[in-house]
Amino acid sequence: MSKNRNSRRSFIANTAATTGLIAASSFAPTRFAIGATSKIKVGILLPYSGTYAMLGNSITNAMKMRIEQAGGRMGGRLVEYVALDSEMSVPKAPQNTNKLIKKEKVNFLVGPVHSGIAAAMAKIMGQRKSPIMIVPNAGSNAVTGPLCAPNIFRTSFSNWQPAFPGGVLMGKEGHKTCVTISWKYGAGIQMMDAGRNGFMTKGGKSIKDILLPFPNVEFQAHLSEIAALKPDCVFAFFSGGGAIKFLKDYEAAGLKNKIPLYGPGFLTEGIEKAAGSAAEGIKTTLHYASNLDNPENHKFRTNYKTAFNTDPNVFSVQGYDTGSLLLQASAAVGGDVESVVDVIEAMETSRVPDSPRGPWSMSKAHNPIQNIYLRQVEGGQQKFLGVAAKDLADPAAGCKMT
Amino acid sequence: MDFATFLIQILNGVQYGFTLFLVASGLTLIFGIMGIINLAHGAFYMVGAYLSFWLFGITESLWIAILIGLPIMIVFGYAIERLAISLLYKRDHLYQVLLSYGLILVLNEMQKILWGSDFNSVPVPDALSISIPMGNQEYPVYRLFVSLVCMVIASSMYIIISKTRLGMMIRAGATHREMTQALGINISRIFAIVFSLGAALAGFSGMIDAPLSSVYPGMGDYILIISFVVIVIGGIGSVKGAFVGAMLVGLADTFGKILLPEFSSMVIYALMALILLWRPQGLFGRPT
Repeated sequence: MSKNRNSRRSFIANTAATTGLIAASSFAPTRFAIGATSKIKVGILLPYSGTYAMLGNSITNAMKMRIEQAGGRMGGRLVEYVALDSEMSVPKAPQNTNKLIKKEKVNFLVGPVHSGIAAAMAKIMGQRKSPIMIVPNAGSNAVTGPLCAPNIFRTSFSNWQPAFPGGVLMGKEGHKTCVTISWKYGAGIQMMDAGRNGFMTKGGKSIKDILLPFPNVEFQAHLSEIAALKPDCVFAFFSGGGAIKFLKDYEAAGLKNKIPLYGPGFLTEGIEKAAGSAAEGIKTTLHYASNLDNPENHKFRTNYKTAFNTDPNVFSVQGYDTGSLLLQASAAVGGDVESVVDVIEAMETSRVPDSPRGPWSMSKAHNPIQNIYLRQVEGGQQKFLGVAAKDLADPAAGCKMT
Repeated sequence: MDFATFLIQILNGVQYGFTLFLVASGLTLIFGIMGIINLAHGAFYMVGAYLSFWLFGITESLWIAILIGLPIMIVFGYAIERLAISLLYKRDHLYQVLLSYGLILVLNEMQKILWGSDFNSVPVPDALSISIPMGNQEYPVYRLFVSLVCMVIASSMYIIISKTRLGMMIRAGATHREMTQALGINISRIFAIVFSLGAALAGFSGMIDAPLSSVYPGMGDYILIISFVVIVIGGIGSVKGAFVGAMLVGLADTFGKILLPEFSSMVIYALMALILLWRPQGLFGRPT
């Protein structure tokens, strides 16, 4: 049946002989008799160059792998990808977004990695009813807060989610004072605030908040400052190359064994080997741990390693779950992704049970309600220690949909 | 801030200044002597860092990696000078800027093809991977060692440029190009030597910095910007100026972070603006 519906040209060519086809198409609802013959277009706006190229590739690879596993079809229709390099440029974001929406006329828009680009995209999406945007990484609280909209979903995390339990953890481990340190940009400030607030719920107090210009990695002056302030612990958010350098400098300054270091999982994620002994023993909180013991995670890790010859990370998990969400919602509407309202309803009620991070569901603000795990770096691996916060939902402050 | 912390912060500033000097001196040397604006200098720094990462993987020793890496950088600089830069000596600065910007793109793409887009690191050599207690903290010996190496390089540069025959030819070529040629000195060979040395300096800074800064795509971009700040403050073309500029920027950046955290990203640029208002040619620049 679907084979016959695939092309209108073959329909015309075969009209005389195909009584079966006429019978088949009469079962299908009339409104998607035409739509279903075309491919579903998925637009992708992610970084493929520069410092965050690794993130863009991890997300894209895992998402395509997930859809390939389902036969390369969503709700019975073939999928076509249109990928643009975001170049991590906020000024270029509106132009790129409009290109995908207006010129390419995509059904779904997957992106971005960067919180600043996410805000720019969300502003455009909020004024439209379609397409549907799925954020596979950028954690900006605003995207599922003040900027939340029916057609914006997120499969990753809000900056608040991995950071808040990290602060709570510091209090639970008996610390009273801390210094927080991060880069002065959207994600850095939001994670720092969430960590400090988490710490305060356990009676802790931050004696100094240090913000460095992004992406400055000259930490030495601040490490001397921390050594002089002598807090009980330090809460840090950096990622990628900056995180490696911070961890190494922290160890070399002799602070690692004196003042324990905590942070959201990005502090150690994906750099365990590169940071070596400097990352060893550091406890962080995140919505994924590589050795989570569930069948979906084992399957996912084996498949990913076979396909791409490298170990997956939290970003690939987010890409994989983006694929799952697209598949689920498209199947729920029988491939009729043009009826956006129905797709949105399907996504809102969807629960992603086969996620490598464990099952999660959508909050009213369209952000995952998910477990946050406590992990510790051991022998260059993220070791899962336990659940730091079960089914944690973002407070979604400022979102009108809650 | 107690006195001990204050002294440590001065050490931090000076130490940062030394690493900046190593990169900036090559940049200023190439401009001062050849009149070439080499935007790819930061990319050379990155190439050096990746070379040390790659060679470390094979030889498992940073020292051997540097010993093999340095000649590679010199040959690399020489090849770029002969195949690209030398064609543009008579052209306007704009052509040189465009060419060296193109080199950044090519080198970044090559880096991605050869080494991928992951973050890598090179461990600090065992003999130096200790820290000595200092005030409230410990100070990594490798950082002190890097400062020492920079001091040695700074003084040998001074000696080469002001005391040797090669230095004399370089200085003569920089100020009176035609006259020097008329005396039978092969200027284009001098230029090739200077450019190779400059590239080797940038590469060497990348190699020796690799254990401290880790090795990642685009690592040369920030260092290029800050190197320009350093040489503009010191006076473009002056090695002495690059040294003083690097120290000023290192100290201003360190104390800016501690004393004016809200404005820390602006402090070095404000310093540059003030110095340029006072001396538009930079501290040791020749007035035009």
